Amino acid sequence: MKTSFDVLVVGAGPAGIAAAVRAAEKGASVGLVDDNPAPGGQIWRRGAPQNSSARQWFSRLEAAKVQRLQGWCVFDAPRSGVLSAERSDCDDEIDCCAELHYDKLILATGARERFLPFPGWTLPNIMGAGGLDALARGGLPIAGKRVLVAGTGPLLLAVAAELAARGAIVVGLCEQAPVRQLARLSLQLFRQPAKLMQAAHFGIACRAFPIFTRCWPVAAHGNGKLESVTVQRKGRQWMIACDYLACGFHLVPNLELPMLAGCRIDNGFVTTDDLQQTSVANVYCAGEPTGIGGVERALLEGQIAGLAAAGREPEARALCRKRTSMQKFVRALESACRLDPQLRTLAHKDTLICRCEDVPLAALREYRSWRAAKLLTRCGMGPCQGRICGAATAFLFGWEQDSVRPPLVPVRMASLIAQNNENGEETR
Amino acid sequence: MPKPDHIELTVNGAALRVDAGTTVAAALLMCAAHARMSITGEPRAPLCGMGICYECRVTINGVPHQKSCQILCESGMDVQTP
Amino acid sequence: MTKSWDVVIAGGGIVGTACAVECVQRGLRTAVVEPGSIGGGTTAAGMGHIVAMDDSPAQLALTRYSQQLWRALAVRLPATVEFDCCGTLWIAADDEEMAEVHRKHAVYAEAGIPTQILDAGALASAEPHLRRPLAGALLVPEDAVLYPPGAAAWFMQQAVRMGAILYGQRAVLCAAKGIVQLDDSTELRATTIVNAAGADAPRVTTGLPIRKRKGHLVVTDRYPGYVRHQLVELGYLKSAHSVTADSVAFNVQPRRTGQIILGSSRQFGADDTAIDHRILSAMIDRARAYMPEIASLKAIRTWTGFRAATPDKLPLVGPWPGDESIWLAAGHEGLGITTSLGTAKLLADALTGRPPAIPIEPYLPRRFAERTAHA
Repeated sequence: MKTSFDVLVVGAGPAGIAAAVRAAEKGASVGLVDDNPAPGGQIWRRGAPQNSSARQWFSRLEAAKVQRLQGWCVFDAPRSGVLSAERSDCDDEIDCCAELHYDKLILATGARERFLPFPGWTLPNIMGAGGLDALARGGLPIAGKRVLVAGTGPLLLAVAAELAARGAIVVGLCEQAPVRQLARLSLQLFRQPAKLMQAAHFGIACRAFPIFTRCWPVAAHGNGKLESVTVQRKGRQWMIACDYLACGFHLVPNLELPMLAGCRIDNGFVTTDDLQQTSVANVYCAGEPTGIGGVERALLEGQIAGLAAAGREPEARALCRKRTSMQKFVRALESACRLDPQLRTLAHKDTLICRCEDVPLAALREYRSWRAAKLLTRCGMGPCQGRICGAATAFLFGWEQDSVRPPLVPVRMASLIAQNNENGEETR
Repeated sequence: MPKPDHIELTVNGAALRVDAGTTVAAALLMCAAHARMSITGEPRAPLCGMGICYECRVTINGVPHQKSCQILCESGMDVQTP
Repeated sequence: MTKSWDVVIAGGGIVGTACAVECVQRGLRTAVVEPGSIGGGTTAAGMGHIVAMDDSPAQLALTRYSQQLWRALAVRLPATVEFDCCGTLWIAADDEEMAEVHRKHAVYAEAGIPTQILDAGALASAEPHLRRPLAGALLVPEDAVLYPPGAAAWFMQQAVRMGAILYGQRAVLCAAKGIVQLDDSTELRATTIVNAAGADAPRVTTGLPIRKRKGHLVVTDRYPGYVRHQLVELGYLKSAHSVTADSVAFNVQPRRTGQIILGSSRQFGADDTAIDHRILSAMIDRARAYMPEIASLKAIRTWTGFRAATPDKLPLVGPWPGDESIWLAAGHEGLGITTSLGTAKLLADALTGRPPAIPIEPYLPRRFAERTAHA
């Protein structure tokens, strides 16, 4: 399959939806590609009552003339103006791969959770915080189940509140940051009314469960699946019985496609100008890959990128003013979620660091670089291509990641064969 | 024909009835303890919920290595875990 | 800072580290210099095939010698080397190629290498995922596969245990007249400098008759039992033969992990490491012609590497006429993994004046100096 767009948007979370809608409403031909079965990304994942902002944007998306490529995964940027994508679920009779041509590209690839290994973290029923939330929205029955939420970041509160609203018994929330580190974030919340509303909502829900700061899991226990978690706070340890552990240590941006497309990365985020343009001509980036900053910022950046990509620069610039205050929130969030160095000691020598290839900490300690460790222990050589263990080893050892190579995700060999298509003919 | 509200599928041979819109990952966790076995024989279940960790892979209708957290249940689906 | 050695080996790949083991075992004070990770250069781009190859009698002699050395070593190799004596199937697609199977069978028999001719039915049983009909195949049961960086790492470990020193994370700036200058200002004095720098060998010693030949590789997710032997089409020899054209050939390998490695491609004159989609596509398409269902297997990773190719497809092992302190262990093209052990023994025997197990003459670098002298 081969299609062409004026504007191609990758990622149908808030940033991508806002970008696609704005560009389409201004008359551009727009394609929106996303690897999930439905749009919304993580924070607007269907299966939960949406707030009014989300509902409005989904309505505008339905009404706008956007070609939706839902359930397609971008795996390569073979040359300027082209992306290669593959259908996630596919049988051999349908066209499984696509060549997507664009004049302007908007990357809204979002973020993923950071996982820090500790003994027992590979037990079934231990998920990310967003992970358990996503599964619950996907139909996992959670009512009456005991859930411990742990890690760091405002995502924990949001997840705890939502799970509680679904009937889960939230047995506790363990935030690794100390209160004073979170205080600056609270100040920022006061500056942003929308966030204050969210916080108030969480505050109501949170009176139902205990919240511990400077607290983190040190071990998970269970026979075949999770049964309890030992947590630690200032040297004191105690055990909490639970059915699920929702544990994530803040978010890291999904930079793989921006890197493959050649976008410049500074301090771990994609560098963009006022109009969300990256260092690569005709490539824009919006939302979490430019800075972890939440929904409102993602929506704003998505709109700026969409308008700019559709050639409506003055309208895009009009929105730029609002972004400045949001940048402060990004910085506040970053310092609030700073990880306690003691978290580097959670993993023991036989704690698995790479889950795809079952590589323990002991095997990794002797290496000085990600590349050497990968080559000689297979850490990062599995199907997740280092997305889970890469964030952990970056924190544990300070290792920097390799350059990115295609395919960005495991793809069928047939899709690699189909990439030989320089004449733009119909691909099989 | 309108989409059904409920979907019938099988997980490891056992019949299961779920609401429309349920992911295969959620369905399998309702009746199986794990999705896959790791290379050293540990049982594993979904971790990230968003198609990144590859822990939720199962065999669907005979095709292995399918990420169950990004696939919706369909009528008559056959899901197998080790 | 200057240190004095009997042997300084430039290159910590599979050839360099194998040479280090042999040298230090014979009592030579040995150092290895490696800019990246052990086995992370040319070695990491190798498929890891241990194969007896009969492009020429000299190539057959060296590969057979090495294959036997690997078999003897196998019992000591740790799991990280992933050594698997799975054998090679040389696949014949038609009668012409089947005639080649018979010819090879005779040649190998004469060299004392056990082989077995499989007809179409036997081939189909041996490898159910191959398309039918094919004409048949030659099975070489003593061929094997391994994980090249794992082997290089183990060799280095053995060498260090016996007293060799590794100068890691340091590059050779200049190696001539018994002095090796590193990029951190360290100067190593050596009676003998061994250039085992793989595709980088021409940079370490100027004037080597080595050209880089780019290859592509793909590795799949785990499909245990899908492929049981190393599979190579007989047309592979045409690809390896060609001196100028870009070419692909069907070549798949099972790994202990159940993953499948797919090669092979050859290009001259391509100096960048970027994936060439045209070539990659052609390579996988060629594999599909032999294994139709391979198209639905998941590819996890693709990468490229450079083979060091000489004009006569034989490596350079021995003293370099241009500088009496320099010896070469380079130019192995697609046989570096296999012949690392044979190369190391030949080199170390020659350095210490011991008679080699096979004649070293065909591999001596001076053969090129003589050719230019006669030109």
